[in-house]
Amino acid sequence: MSAHASPIHHSEAPKGWIRHYIFSFDHKIIGTQYILLGLSAVTIGLILSLIFRTHLVWPDAHIWGFANGIVSPEDYLRLITMHGTLMVFFVLTTVPQSGFGNYFLPIQIGAPDMAFPTLNMLSFWTTLLALLVLLSSAFVPGGSAIGGWTAYAPLSAVGQIAGPGQGLGETLWVVSIALFCGGSLMSAINFLGTTIDLRTKGLSLMRMPLTVWGWFITACLALLAFGVLLAACILLLLDRLAQTSFFIPGNLDVSGVVLHHSGGSPLLWQHLFWFFGHPEVYIAILPAMGIISHVLSTFSRKPVFGYKAMVYSLTAIGFLSFAVWGHHMFISGMNPYSALAFSIITLVIGVPSAIKTFNWLGTLWGGKIHFTTAMLFAIGFVSLFVTGGLSGIFLAQPALDLYLHATYYVIGHFHLIMGVAAIFAMFAATYYWFPKMFGRMMNEGLGKLHFWITFIGVYCIFMPMHYLGYAGDARRYSSIESVNYMIPLHPVHFFITISAFVTAGAQLIFYFNFFWSMGHGKPAERNPWHATTLEWAVSTPVPHDNFAGDYPVIYRGPYEYSVPGAADDYIPQHLAPEQVAKAG
Amino acid sequence: MPPHVTVTDELEILGAHGGAKPPAGSGGGGGDDSRSSGSSGAFPQRIYVTGITIAMGAIFMFFMALVSAFIVRKGLGGDWFPFTMPRILWLDTAILLASSGTLIHARRLFKRGDRQGFRHWWAVTTLLGLLFLIGQLVAWRQMVAAGFYLASNASNSFFYVLTAAHGLHLLGGIAALLFVGWGRLRKMTLATGTEIVSYYWHFLDGLWVFLFLLLLLGR
Amino acid sequence: MLSRKSSTGSAAPAVLFVIVLLLLVGSTLYFHIAKTWWFPPSITPVGNQIDQQFFITFVLTGIVFVLAQVALAWMIFRYRDHGQKAKFVRGNHALEVIWTTITLVIFVGLGIMAARAWGEVHFGGPAPGALEVEVTGVQFQWNFRYPGPDGKFGRIVTKDIDASVGNPLGLDPNDPEAKLNPVSPDLYLPVNRPIELMLRSQDVIHSFFVRELRIKQDAVPGLVIPIHFEIDKTGDYEITCNQLCGLGHYHMHAMLHVMSQADFDQWEKKQWASLESGQ
Ligand code: HEM
Ligand SMILES: [Cu+2]
Ligand SMILES: [Cu+2]
Repeated sequence: MSAHASPIHHSEAPKGWIRHYIFSFDHKIIGTQYILLGLSAVTIGLILSLIFRTHLVWPDAHIWGFANGIVSPEDYLRLITMHGTLMVFFVLTTVPQSGFGNYFLPIQIGAPDMAFPTLNMLSFWTTLLALLVLLSSAFVPGGSAIGGWTAYAPLSAVGQIAGPGQGLGETLWVVSIALFCGGSLMSAINFLGTTIDLRTKGLSLMRMPLTVWGWFITACLALLAFGVLLAACILLLLDRLAQTSFFIPGNLDVSGVVLHHSGGSPLLWQHLFWFFGHPEVYIAILPAMGIISHVLSTFSRKPVFGYKAMVYSLTAIGFLSFAVWGHHMFISGMNPYSALAFSIITLVIGVPSAIKTFNWLGTLWGGKIHFTTAMLFAIGFVSLFVTGGLSGIFLAQPALDLYLHATYYVIGHFHLIMGVAAIFAMFAATYYWFPKMFGRMMNEGLGKLHFWITFIGVYCIFMPMHYLGYAGDARRYSSIESVNYMIPLHPVHFFITISAFVTAGAQLIFYFNFFWSMGHGKPAERNPWHATTLEWAVSTPVPHDNFAGDYPVIYRGPYEYSVPGAADDYIPQHLAPEQVAKAG
Repeated sequence: MPPHVTVTDELEILGAHGGAKPPAGSGGGGGDDSRSSGSSGAFPQRIYVTGITIAMGAIFMFFMALVSAFIVRKGLGGDWFPFTMPRILWLDTAILLASSGTLIHARRLFKRGDRQGFRHWWAVTTLLGLLFLIGQLVAWRQMVAAGFYLASNASNSFFYVLTAAHGLHLLGGIAALLFVGWGRLRKMTLATGTEIVSYYWHFLDGLWVFLFLLLLLGR
Repeated sequence: MLSRKSSTGSAAPAVLFVIVLLLLVGSTLYFHIAKTWWFPPSITPVGNQIDQQFFITFVLTGIVFVLAQVALAWMIFRYRDHGQKAKFVRGNHALEVIWTTITLVIFVGLGIMAARAWGEVHFGGPAPGALEVEVTGVQFQWNFRYPGPDGKFGRIVTKDIDASVGNPLGLDPNDPEAKLNPVSPDLYLPVNRPIELMLRSQDVIHSFFVRELRIKQDAVPGLVIPIHFEIDKTGDYEITCNQLCGLGHYHMHAMLHVMSQADFDQWEKKQWASLESGQ
């Protein structure tokens, strides 16, 4: 490897267990901490979802931990609120970006660490604190919030009189999210600074792996979006605790109590929330898109089809995502003319998403596809992304959204495209990078079993939700028995719940594979997938400073697979031209 | 799939032309790294400037959110009653503007190598900053004395929220002034320290003028 | 590397993918064509327009869905590792331009087509002679208020709200007009007559939804939001709440009874009469 010394080369690895594994400045440790935080959150979120799915189908089922063993309507709302908040913030926002991004961004760009290691540690601990505050709300009087992950005012603003959980529980929810914003902002500054300034010699922007592009654009979105949510949270807290009237209008009578607020606007909260919220959904998916492009290219043994188109579409999505938030508010009472504008921009943002899909198919086309588990998940992602994206085309038309909004159709849409697709990317990332992270291979047989059950399972869970939506089944209903037209939908719900249990069960295979392989997996070579990017150039386990002071020089783009005339079917980015073995 | 697929000249990739892309070409945004250009031993100071610039972007968005909430909320009309602007804010604004001036002067002396003068004017800047914060507290007392409480009316609420948010950021600025002036910098050089603190300080100064005008004209 | 990797190159995953993706496409097509779980028939002219737009969108997205999933399945099967060498292709500029243009045209075209139905619901006011009804959401119930015999709505005062004494809306007892405003927990409407509903809320956000109307609209505290339509079929339909409003959200339910104008007149007279005699 042709290398040059770097002045950033700093510090010995810290001595002592605590400095090494707990209060670590090392981006790899912090990345792992984020991943473990996400794994805890996803486990809790998953269990909560199984409970509320059970309740929907067997309302009388006795469930441990609930008063009289029965899930009450408010418990149901607590469960979905907690589920949504955990999944959106602490899993989808956290793991692909702060988890895998922290671990692999510096390595892929040839840097020793993040630009600001202390800030990095601080963002992790802030995020962890946010999670603890959120979870603690389950144990306060009144229980945790019932306002949904979108916390619409005034339900979220007027306090306990709006319902159990809307007292201290909702306050803790807001505080937790505000903390989370702080952690994410710090993290975004770090990602941007690192990518802008710490790229190694020769790594021009157009030679960056698409993973790096994904993390970079995501950090831009996070930087601009989380500040807005933070501002909104502060205003909401003041409405709750200091009797201000930002979101609370006058003349309200809640549960027989006449409120003294006046003049606030419930729609203001929605505007602020979704101005953050739509970029947020892309924050969840852009790193995933990067990971999927990376994995598809590796295992098709082909360059990413249309690398530049991929970069430009990522960027376009990033910018446009700040101009479409109104599509969540078509029926909110907002100006119907601006609804039309939001509708058209939303449909336009579908175009770069479609471009990405075409290019993924183009990457597979003519390839030599290796069905590793990571690849299976990447292919699954493409299928899910198509399905979930097309339902977005319905929702983007206000005339159709009139019917579909707040039904299970929306749940189907965003779980396929955001929830499950991003989780598939995380699985792909885990199976792909595990050898680099832990020095051992995960078991491929178990991995494949895990994939097939999960892939079929998630379709069985979320496809029928679209049909429920056609029939008008409303989301966030703790029981479907009060509405006559919903009662016949019971079998569909039954099917969904069973599928959810099977799919959740399959995740046990993953947990086992993950933890077992850490200690017992087949030892991994440095570059088991014969991949081209820098993370495969460093030894395993990755040394403390990543490159131990010898920084690689980059000579070419990130996806040089199957180059005619070369002896191997991959040419690493850092290999000097004279070192590339030629065929024949 | 049409037949005319673009295959880049593979010889180029293999370097057979002797023309494999030289390891230069940090094309695009600022990838040209000073650290590869010799001066080994020094931590690249550029990242601090980048970092503070990015952070200011985030802070800007945060305030823009509050400001647009202000505009929207006021635009709803109806329940919006103006408050009397505390008189001291004019003085306070002048103080903050002056502090930017003394900061510029301090940096000029620093660049000239006059450490003594730099320390001196740096301290003056810090004191002016503190004075500004005290002035803000006085302004709050004046508001309360005039009967304008946080929850009295949305216009008052925004006054408190905007001034408090700005004040907290300024408090951070004062901490940074103290740290750069008298603390122990590790990887950062003093030159970089003064540079990034001054960016942040001027930013907060400009932000304050904007917020002050907004409150003055929009209240 | 011209060899096939035994562990990863087998045909089994490819075949499985083909089966699963075809099952996905097949079942999706089946349920959309058999309409096993489906929209109830529309009862308004605008609803029919919306259904038309749904149909167009189903067809277009359906074609894309089938093509994309089948293409995916085909690629996986065709290009599984059976010892070939991968093509070396970086992309194709012309293709990028073509598919970008086509999707842009389809997506934006759909958006423009859909704008018409949206406009019918939300631009402009109701036809003249519309019957105005005020719809108020409160945790966890709907109240429908009708004008008095003179066509007027009386005053509402928040502090007079008290459902326990039969005044859930806070009708001002000192306003003679308010006294003659019938308030009903169900919505009664005449067929073939323009209707205008004025949506409001007393506490948190609710959402008024009737499937057959193809209309959903939030009721936002602090705002009065009008919606208008004309129903062309009598019958009984269900009204639900579709915006999370608290623990009773799921049972915030009412009925919409659409009747002939004559029946409606009779119903309305009876309401007024009982209000008058109630004094
Ligand atoms: C093809 C592009 C897409 C279009 C046209 C689209 C359109 C929409 C629309 C119009 C809604 C609002 C539906 C409603 O509430 O009535 C919506 C909801 C949602 N979308 Fe998308 N979407 C697209 C892609 C995505 C992606 C890529 C993600 C995330 C990765 C995503 C995540 C969500 C989420 C989370 C919600 C619902 C939030 C909630 O109400 O709880 N969408 N989408
Ligand atoms: Cu959105
Ligand atoms: Cu409701």
